[in-house]
Amino acid sequence: MFLINCPYCGERDQQEFKAGGEAHIERPKQPTELSDDEWAEYLFMRKNIKGVQFERWNHAHGCRKWFNMARDTSNDEIKAIYKMGEKPPTQ
Amino acid sequence: MTQNLRVKSSEFIDETNRISFKFDGKTYYGFKGDTLASALIANNIHLVGRSFKYHRPRGIMTSGSEEPNAIVQVNPNSNITEPNARATEIEIYEGLEASSQNCWPSVNFDIGGINNFLAPLFPAGFYYKTFMWPKSFWEKYEFFIRHSAGLGKSPNTRDPDIYDHRNIHCDVLVVGAGISGILAAKNAAKNNFKTLLLDEKNELGGSTIFEANEDNKINHNSASEWLKKEINELKNIKNLEIKTRTSVAAYHQYNYLLARENLTDHLVKKDKKNKIRQRLLKIRAKKVILATGALERPLIFNNNDRPGIMLSSAIKKYSNFYGVACGTKNIFFTNNDSAYESALSLHNKGIKVEAIIDIRENSDAKIIKKINDAGIKIYWAHTIVDTRGYKRLSGVSIMKLSNDGTSVTGSKISISCDCLGIAGGWTPAVHLYTQSGSKLTFDENRKIFIPKTDTKEQISVGSCGGDFELDEIITNLNYKLKNFLNINKTDFEGITLENDHETSKRNIWLLPSDQTIGKTKPFVDYQNDATAKDIKLALREGFRSIEHVKRYTTTGMGTDQGKLGNMHALGIIADTAGVKMGELGTTTFRPPYTPLTFGTIVGRNVGEFFDTFRRTPMNDWHIKNKAEFENVGQWKRSWYYPKEDETMHQAVQRESKAARQSAGILDASTLGKIDIQGSDASEFLNRVYTNAWSKLAIGKCRYGLMLNEDGMVYDDGVTTRLGENHYIMTTTTGGAANVLGKLEDYLQTEWPELDVYLTSVTDHFATASLCGPNSKKILNKIIPDLDLSDDNFPHMSFKEVLIDKIKCRIMRISFTGELSYEINAPASYGEAIWQKCIEAGKEFNITPYGTETMHLLRAEKGFIIVGQDTDGTMTPIDLQMDWIVSKKKYDFIGKRSLYRSDTMKEDRKQLVGLLTEDPNIVLEEGAQIVSELNQKPVEMLGHVTSSYFSPNLNKSIALAVVKDGKSMMGRKLFIPMENKNISVTVSNTVFYDEKNERLNA
Repeated sequence: MFLINCPYCGERDQQEFKAGGEAHIERPKQPTELSDDEWAEYLFMRKNIKGVQFERWNHAHGCRKWFNMARDTSNDEIKAIYKMGEKPPTQ
Repeated sequence: MTQNLRVKSSEFIDETNRISFKFDGKTYYGFKGDTLASALIANNIHLVGRSFKYHRPRGIMTSGSEEPNAIVQVNPNSNITEPNARATEIEIYEGLEASSQNCWPSVNFDIGGINNFLAPLFPAGFYYKTFMWPKSFWEKYEFFIRHSAGLGKSPNTRDPDIYDHRNIHCDVLVVGAGISGILAAKNAAKNNFKTLLLDEKNELGGSTIFEANEDNKINHNSASEWLKKEINELKNIKNLEIKTRTSVAAYHQYNYLLARENLTDHLVKKDKKNKIRQRLLKIRAKKVILATGALERPLIFNNNDRPGIMLSSAIKKYSNFYGVACGTKNIFFTNNDSAYESALSLHNKGIKVEAIIDIRENSDAKIIKKINDAGIKIYWAHTIVDTRGYKRLSGVSIMKLSNDGTSVTGSKISISCDCLGIAGGWTPAVHLYTQSGSKLTFDENRKIFIPKTDTKEQISVGSCGGDFELDEIITNLNYKLKNFLNINKTDFEGITLENDHETSKRNIWLLPSDQTIGKTKPFVDYQNDATAKDIKLALREGFRSIEHVKRYTTTGMGTDQGKLGNMHALGIIADTAGVKMGELGTTTFRPPYTPLTFGTIVGRNVGEFFDTFRRTPMNDWHIKNKAEFENVGQWKRSWYYPKEDETMHQAVQRESKAARQSAGILDASTLGKIDIQGSDASEFLNRVYTNAWSKLAIGKCRYGLMLNEDGMVYDDGVTTRLGENHYIMTTTTGGAANVLGKLEDYLQTEWPELDVYLTSVTDHFATASLCGPNSKKILNKIIPDLDLSDDNFPHMSFKEVLIDKIKCRIMRISFTGELSYEINAPASYGEAIWQKCIEAGKEFNITPYGTETMHLLRAEKGFIIVGQDTDGTMTPIDLQMDWIVSKKKYDFIGKRSLYRSDTMKEDRKQLVGLLTEDPNIVLEEGAQIVSELNQKPVEMLGHVTSSYFSPNLNKSIALAVVKDGKSMMGRKLFIPMENKNISVTVSNTVFYDEKNERLNA
């Protein structure tokens, strides 16, 4: 059970949060211009890596804000937490 | 029966408090402080169970939670009996009843014992190998396998006990209250850390507290006496909370631990009453100190499982702590010095020790001299090659070990005994450490896995960290504590320490016998009856990974999770395969460390507290009017209102007719309501719904369909424009929270530039939906001032009105196809407004109806229910709702997906109507649909999603999703059921009032 430092509320138990999948996948601005393959890439393809992964999290039972997290999937170490719109930290 | 094996009064046992208990139906006596195991041994009972596979007689082996054999059924004659309890952990109380498991008719005469003689027929993987052929026989085999599977019997009524959860936040958590844990906790608390100390036993002090080794001294005192003083001082320390009988079950990331606190299991029945039985502690600790100690290893030799064969350390605990001798003629078998301490303990209490068999060539420890002085014979470099005695050990045969330890030489010596203590060394209890995600390293010299790293948040101290001797333990503890707690000094720094040192080591994972291995039974996992032979067989058959060998042989898969034998299994694999143990790795130690009851896990969340439920403001009225309820999401919704002895079908038929012929009223308060405000509210709706919203006039309502980005229908509902920048959206009852979450997600992450604010107002409004041709007249009675003409208040529009000075929103919208008004009142006035409608409707025989009638009425009109007629694979096109998908809008959620090759296929499953050939047959929802009856295998074209008997049409109607359904209008299909085939015809989805004339009736 993680201890997550919500950028708006501070440290809270993982129970209060909802994971939202891979971060930094922007919704295409002009979907109709995309081929089926390009749209499928956006819609379905997600990374599942061993190592540091960038993820979206939502403080669902708290402030309801979305934010980003850099998490090492091999040991669940949370490397960084940053707000939506901010750039991912460089390692 | 006399307590003929009590040897000496012990300070931990209250001999003035005699307790009677029953085991296998017979009454015995023990004392306050005894465990079931110590009390049974005091009564000279070792045989307590039968093994899982071979039904071999098994006795008490250990004195703690690692016990593999002595697992018993508690309260066997009760409906709430508990299986698989460890006799070594059950504290006896007056009235305790327990019985043996896995034996029939009794533990002394067990029919299943025949398996022992059939053992050659049950090799590793027996089930996999035997029951595969012929395939069609599986069902017959299954019956017998199920019959013989499992240990113990489960309770068959609801657990009447109370369980609880508690959250604890502390600075320092210390797990284990042996000498290391006590010193660590004391120093943490003294340095102002809020400290929690947990131990699974009922007494603090671990193994040091009952130690009687005169060579172990602290400040020139015996170590046990010194520790007792330390324990006494704990009482006066602030910041320290101590919990005994509390076993840590799991250690998760970020120092989150779960522990089970046992509160009443040791109490007599009347003291248990109305008390919490167990509490699950959910602990978040800033720092964790693991002081979980070490588990003694057995030795693996031929027939090492007979009742009377025990761990050497357990024999010491029974004699020193419980004052009980485990046998009258004892032998010890060892590869290290610790067995000599146990032997000396017994000897000093006048219990006969016949001999010590040591696989080592010699030892120069001081204690050896004492053993020699005591006249106890030591057989150096010998091993046990066999044991005798079926239900109780009667003797052993020993032979000299060859130099390389792989074979035996010389002549066989036979020694008789009734108790054998085995000492195979110590395994650090690293279970919790590895659960936390930390890694182990293998110490080749000492043959143990030890923690690789200490971190800022976690250290392992004492024997779980690989320190076994007193001076080593205390010195390392002092050093580690100072670093970990960042303190200058501990209060035990500088104490003088004296102890013996072990210098001679010899480790043989599988001890040889004079017989070939095929003829021996060297048990590695006692509970699952896995032998060294099975492991070797698995390797011969090609298994290499330790995880595979474990599963194939079931080694380490019992309730004890291989606490005793796992290291030997690894060692035997390494030796046989010729690899290093460090390279082999270990199997995964999974939580819980000891089993938890379900009661503890769920705590208070049982029965009506299992999940929160929500009731509408009109709930009391529904109850008064005998409504039956159904669960919709977390809501309790009125399902139907039976009159007198009406069946559900009769009630629904009556309600449905009344709503169409005169007037009905439905509690629609549960629909999700989201208040949307902001200058970009219209643009926002344009992006989330499939249809266009910019031109919706203020005061008008519109139905909207929401998709997922994959083009599949996600939710639907009517949204009303209350003002220029103000909308109220309704969602499905079950979807409300998810819809709000999804909309927030888009607003925050994809479209942060939009000026839109979302607020959930579901609970703020109660909704009474008036429906039927007379609903206008009823509403007119309630609000005479309001012009209800179609010109002033047309279908799909909204008015804000005052009813008795209460501000209400009225939407003229319809989910039934009838003229219909939804009155939204502030929640606290919900019941009053509802009551008012009922009063006003009396002269029109207004009929309250529930969700079932609502479903029926909407099905007559072909209106979908998201989640019933859709399942996350239906596009609006599949639902024949093309009309609601805007062609003009450039984009909305899911739009692009509607043009994917897959979603544009003509023959997708599509929503259609079904009419049965016999209008009285009502189809089953979920029933499969086929076009051919005699074809094998037959293609399933789809399934029935909604099905009712329509009283207004006087025939059965159904909605279904059918492959290529749109092109099948008028075609005959079949619904094959268990006893009959039902013929149906594909029809339009709208069965009633196709021209929508009734909306303005």
